[in-house]
Amino acid sequence: MRKQLKKFAQFTALSSLLVLSACGGNQAAGDEEGKSSGGAVKADIGVISYISGPGAAYGEAITNGLKLAQEEINGKGEVEINLVIEDSAGKQDQALTAAQKLMNSENVTGIIGPTLSTEMNVVGPEADLNGVPIMGTSTTAEGIPQIGDYVFRNSLPEALAIPAAIDKAIEKYDAKKVAILYGNDDVFTKSGFDTMKKAAEEKGLEILTTETFQKGQSDYNAQLTKIKGLKPDLILASALYNEGAVIMDQARKMGIDVPFVGGNGFNSPEVINIAGDAANGLIVATPWYGEKEDDKVKEFVSKYEKEYGKKPDQFAAQAYDALYIMAEALTNAGEADRDALRDALAEIKGFNGILGEFSFDEEGDVVMDPTVLVIEGGAFKEFN
Amino acid sequence: MLIEQLINGITLGSIYAIVALGFTLVFGVLGIINMAHGEIFMFGAFIGVVVTSTFKGPLWLAFLAAILVTAAMGYMLERFALRPLRNKQGVSHLAPLISTIGVSILLENLSHHIFGPGNHPFRASFAEISFQIGSITVYLVQIVIFVISVLLMYALSFWLGKTKAGKALRATAENLETASLLGVDVKRTITMTVIIASAMGGIAGILVGMAFNSVTPQMGLSIGLKGLAIIILGGMGNVKGAMAGGLILGLAETFVVVYGDSGYKDAIAFVAIIVILLIRPQGLFGQKISA
Repeated sequence: MRKQLKKFAQFTALSSLLVLSACGGNQAAGDEEGKSSGGAVKADIGVISYISGPGAAYGEAITNGLKLAQEEINGKGEVEINLVIEDSAGKQDQALTAAQKLMNSENVTGIIGPTLSTEMNVVGPEADLNGVPIMGTSTTAEGIPQIGDYVFRNSLPEALAIPAAIDKAIEKYDAKKVAILYGNDDVFTKSGFDTMKKAAEEKGLEILTTETFQKGQSDYNAQLTKIKGLKPDLILASALYNEGAVIMDQARKMGIDVPFVGGNGFNSPEVINIAGDAANGLIVATPWYGEKEDDKVKEFVSKYEKEYGKKPDQFAAQAYDALYIMAEALTNAGEADRDALRDALAEIKGFNGILGEFSFDEEGDVVMDPTVLVIEGGAFKEFN
Repeated sequence: MLIEQLINGITLGSIYAIVALGFTLVFGVLGIINMAHGEIFMFGAFIGVVVTSTFKGPLWLAFLAAILVTAAMGYMLERFALRPLRNKQGVSHLAPLISTIGVSILLENLSHHIFGPGNHPFRASFAEISFQIGSITVYLVQIVIFVISVLLMYALSFWLGKTKAGKALRATAENLETASLLGVDVKRTITMTVIIASAMGGIAGILVGMAFNSVTPQMGLSIGLKGLAIIILGGMGNVKGAMAGGLILGLAETFVVVYGDSGYKDAIAFVAIIVILLIRPQGLFGQKISA
């Protein structure tokens, strides 16, 4: 009796497995048909984002921007995009696992993400090897699109943004001596530092001191007191906004009133929320300016605010544009094929999104003009 | 410049000292390292943020709320993570350590959910009060932090040395079974200890929030590791050692930035551990334990 029961159990298990796999097959076949017979190009786009952990705010902004764009794009009917979102927690290994899952078992046509340049450095080569087009929306470190033919980005690299900001600051404040402060445990802030140093040397600025800090640090008084004693005209700070805002707060409290020039990670409305009045005098170059007199920008900002209850930052804006770029490439490609999508992406020129006019160069890197902003009276304003 | 850096170092050192006092108290009695201490400290800081920024409450209320919440967390930590493992057959002596690590991960993620990621500013008008001596700006908070840490150290020394409860605690630390045979309510003593240590963590949390205006769910980990380094430096379970170790580390970290490379700021604590373990393994103030 018991033996029979066991056999029966085995049989049911086996048969249900068979049924399950049959279901899976059917579904896949259905999808395939949908692509060819329907007018719209149906595509799965994988998203790898920093959704949990200390930088979760970036992931939140990015996925919000993507979802908003997805809704609009799917509403238009030319392309139907399905987002498959995976969390990388800001970790290289987890980002790689997520990417492998998306490429192999989810079978996505293209990938948007991951959030950090450190993550892209491991995910990019893997995607390139598998022939899956991947586009970073927030990876601004040096050398990202150079990883391979399938690697793109629509995020303004630090190498374009920082010199633009430094130039304008020198012009306005007639700066000659600078102090540099940067986070030395993050590829992003470190690459920002390299760019700053290079830009400062090219402009003939005297670098008084170079100080470092680590992620999640809360006390910057020692470094700032040292900088204060050297009396710089400008402080170049390559920091993410979380640390950056606290640095500015402590600096202002200490009586350092010179302007700060920051990189991309420093550019967030959160700086004003965290540091309050202490944030005044932060100069950043950005692809994204939410107050721009432009109908597309205004519409995006109001929609985003209505949906998520806060103003979009550049991460949301870049993600939003990235999905539109993907959609345009998919429309041009005419099918959800990885190679066709790659070729179509490489062809994108003069795309007009909320960030302004955008093109890829031959390496898949960004061609666009940054706007330089300064925080004045608790708001970002155009810096002239 | 030098005096300002000295003030920075002492402020940082005093905060380290208060955190280390909580560590050392639990270690002294239970012989375990409470890895959740840093996260309880972080919760204290967040309660401060919630009371002063979200509800616009006064600062004394923030202190009171933080002490109450962290004390309650200390009780729960003892009740659910430590007590079930005590005096059980077959439980490794490492088990409580692992269980406090578990609690620390739980608390970090919990605060992430409740308070959200990123930095939360601490808006208390008290933190803005400062005065100028020459070109030096001194914040009242910096003085308060130092005073509180010294007061806590003396109060703790007095409590441990002179009061009945303190004696009971030391007896418990010496030998759990003997103490209980001699009529000490061991269970209550241990619970008390963990609660007091946690409440001290809560106080330290608010002080950090005020001094640095930066509160994040991740702040517990690094301060927890520093606290650990300090009690090794000062001597495990030693109150004066925790205080001295905290100040030494705070000053050392500050002066590495002044005269050396700020990249090595965090390395100091761990270099100090290695040196002290090689030269004086019992710590600066510790006594040799004959095994």
